[in-house]
Amino acid sequence: MSVLRLFSGRPATAPIARERLQILLAHERGLRGQPDLLMQLREEILAVVSRHVVLDPDKVIVRMERGKHVSTLEVDIELPVGADRAFASAG
Amino acid sequence: MAKVLVVTSGKGGVGKTTTTAAIGAALAQAGQKVVVVDFDVGLRNLDLVLGAERRVVFDLINVVHGVAKLPQALIRDKRLENLSLLPASQTKDKDALTEEGVGRVITELRKSFDWVICDSPAGIERGAMLAMRYADEAVIVTNPEVSSVRDSDRIIGMLDSKTVRAENGERVEKHILITRYDAGRAARGEMLSIDDVLEILATPLLGIVPESQDVLRASNVGCPVTLNNPSSAPARAYSDATRRLLGEQIEMLVPSERKGLMNLLLGRRAA
Repeated sequence: MSVLRLFSGRPATAPIARERLQILLAHERGLRGQPDLLMQLREEILAVVSRHVVLDPDKVIVRMERGKHVSTLEVDIELPVGADRAFASAG
Repeated sequence: MAKVLVVTSGKGGVGKTTTTAAIGAALAQAGQKVVVVDFDVGLRNLDLVLGAERRVVFDLINVVHGVAKLPQALIRDKRLENLSLLPASQTKDKDALTEEGVGRVITELRKSFDWVICDSPAGIERGAMLAMRYADEAVIVTNPEVSSVRDSDRIIGMLDSKTVRAENGERVEKHILITRYDAGRAARGEMLSIDDVLEILATPLLGIVPESQDVLRASNVGCPVTLNNPSSAPARAYSDATRRLLGEQIEMLVPSERKGLMNLLLGRRAA
């Protein structure tokens, strides 16, 4: 590397750029040409839950967070008022 | 055999039109018969960069729709008789282009030129798809910057799946052209290096064009940078890239404007 780096005192950001791109593109290449998996998941979850509870489709949120080691899938469904009682009686 | 070359990138503002003009002019200077075709319908600019903006009468869409014959729409460069321009329309929208219509025009251009260079619009919409549709080779213009590299990766995926060649089980020959490169910043770890970009995109390198004021100077006066100031760093980079397109083996260097101590300090190197 260069002698200027030693004097500049600022950390090199290019390695961060490189790592972020490698993670992102590995993921995007895998998805290429496939239908939108998250949209599909959302539709299917909505269909299953709707069989038991009346849902507002806009209140079903499916989110994917990708990390280097762990990725998480978050499903957030807001139930309408009174739906919790239906669950309680069923249980 | 005529070659259809698309100059593409996904991202806007990385230097597609500059590259089309510079490589087109360099190929023409090398004795090749060249036509550069502007696919940026509604936002044409290749005419301006080539200094032909006041000579546009008919355009690609007129030819596709049969309003004008191809020879009527072609504009021959005043400096290089081997170089012609087929401009885009400034008024119509991009849906005016059809796949069959573009196919017919490309087939006709193949008959009278050695190189048909298609200047793609930014994005991945219809205009960009049609610009690459009939390509035999592709120059993917990439800046050493995250969003440009990501978009180039996407475009590479499209070249491998959405072109006529890909659909026939053949390959589009792809080349990365890195533009706006600053060797000093790369050496200081402030900019992705050539090696980083090539490793991520896994595509061979055609050339490295350094960031330079000469590019703006050339477009200001409507002259390809390879003609306007042939000894400038970007012009030499484009000339080398053009010779590589023609099959020559040339050492990959980053042409520079200053030589000496600064370059040594900055750890300048070629990939």
